[in-house]
Amino acid sequence: MSVENKVKDIISDQLEVAIDKLSAETTFEDIDADSLDIVELVMALEEEFDLEISDQEIENVKSVGDVIKYIESKV
Amino acid sequence: MNLEGKTAIVTGSSRGIGRAIALALGKAGASVVVNYSGNQAAAEEVKNEIEKNGGSAITVKADVTDYSQCELLVQSAIDHFKRIDILINNAGITRDNLLARMKEKEWQEVIDTNLTGVYNCCRAVYKPLLKQKSGGRIVNIASVAGIHGNAGQANYAAAKGGVISFTRTLAKELGSRNITVNAVAPGFIDTEMTGELSDQVKDQVLSRIAMGRLGKPEDVAEVVLFLAGSAHYVTGQVIAVDGNLSM
Repeated sequence: MSVENKVKDIISDQLEVAIDKLSAETTFEDIDADSLDIVELVMALEEEFDLEISDQEIENVKSVGDVIKYIESKV
Repeated sequence: MNLEGKTAIVTGSSRGIGRAIALALGKAGASVVVNYSGNQAAAEEVKNEIEKNGGSAITVKADVTDYSQCELLVQSAIDHFKRIDILINNAGITRDNLLARMKEKEWQEVIDTNLTGVYNCCRAVYKPLLKQKSGGRIVNIASVAGIHGNAGQANYAAAKGGVISFTRTLAKELGSRNITVNAVAPGFIDTEMTGELSDQVKDQVLSRIAMGRLGKPEDVAEVVLFLAGSAHYVTGQVIAVDGNLSM
């Protein structure tokens, strides 16, 4: 599975949003994700991709596309 | 209350109130992590007592003032019992002195253990709790001194007051994930910690307790058990267990 699909899969699962509603442009605001949702998402991403994601790095991540780009730059 | 299948960590549970809480949780069926900082023999005794009553327990040495040790504490619970559900932040110390004589060291040690220790353990446990997605219970042991203040305990009262505000805040942060966070504020409980007080002070205290007796560690444990178990819709609260003490 591509990073893009994996990330969408995790976001869909963690934030309980249908996967076909997620595009690169979808922001976390669009899908009503609060800060705790983001914490949970980060934990799931860290586990899936075996990464450590710092709080500073996550601050700039606003959309699904941002997450995909970030993960692609790390793996 | 049936806590079977749940795992509980009780910090500072080799003696005193923590010991009574560990025993009560064990009796209710929870697997208990008996945390201690120095007295291993006493911690082992608590573990044995829980096992004698048909429960399961392990002892884990960890200093709550050190975050990495708190992480290891939570990890040992998960390694051993496969999950973590309940955290009781009980570890506490006193370094009583009037402010005029209170050394910075006495101030700092009490803040480090009684306040920062709670922060460290909560921070170490909240990710595993979120990951499990099955809610959780955090009970912080505060003190009536943290509500009313108490002469000679500026450090202790400040730390316990901090714990109360921390409790209310964390309850707001974690409520949506079905993790409840409450505090119990014991009054004068008959333990080694209050055993250091002179008879004169004890008599004075007794005259201010409506129920006319010091509390027992079990009196506190009973309320903690309620908050850790059947209190499904109670969070961000502080319950005084003090026999109606007027400070």
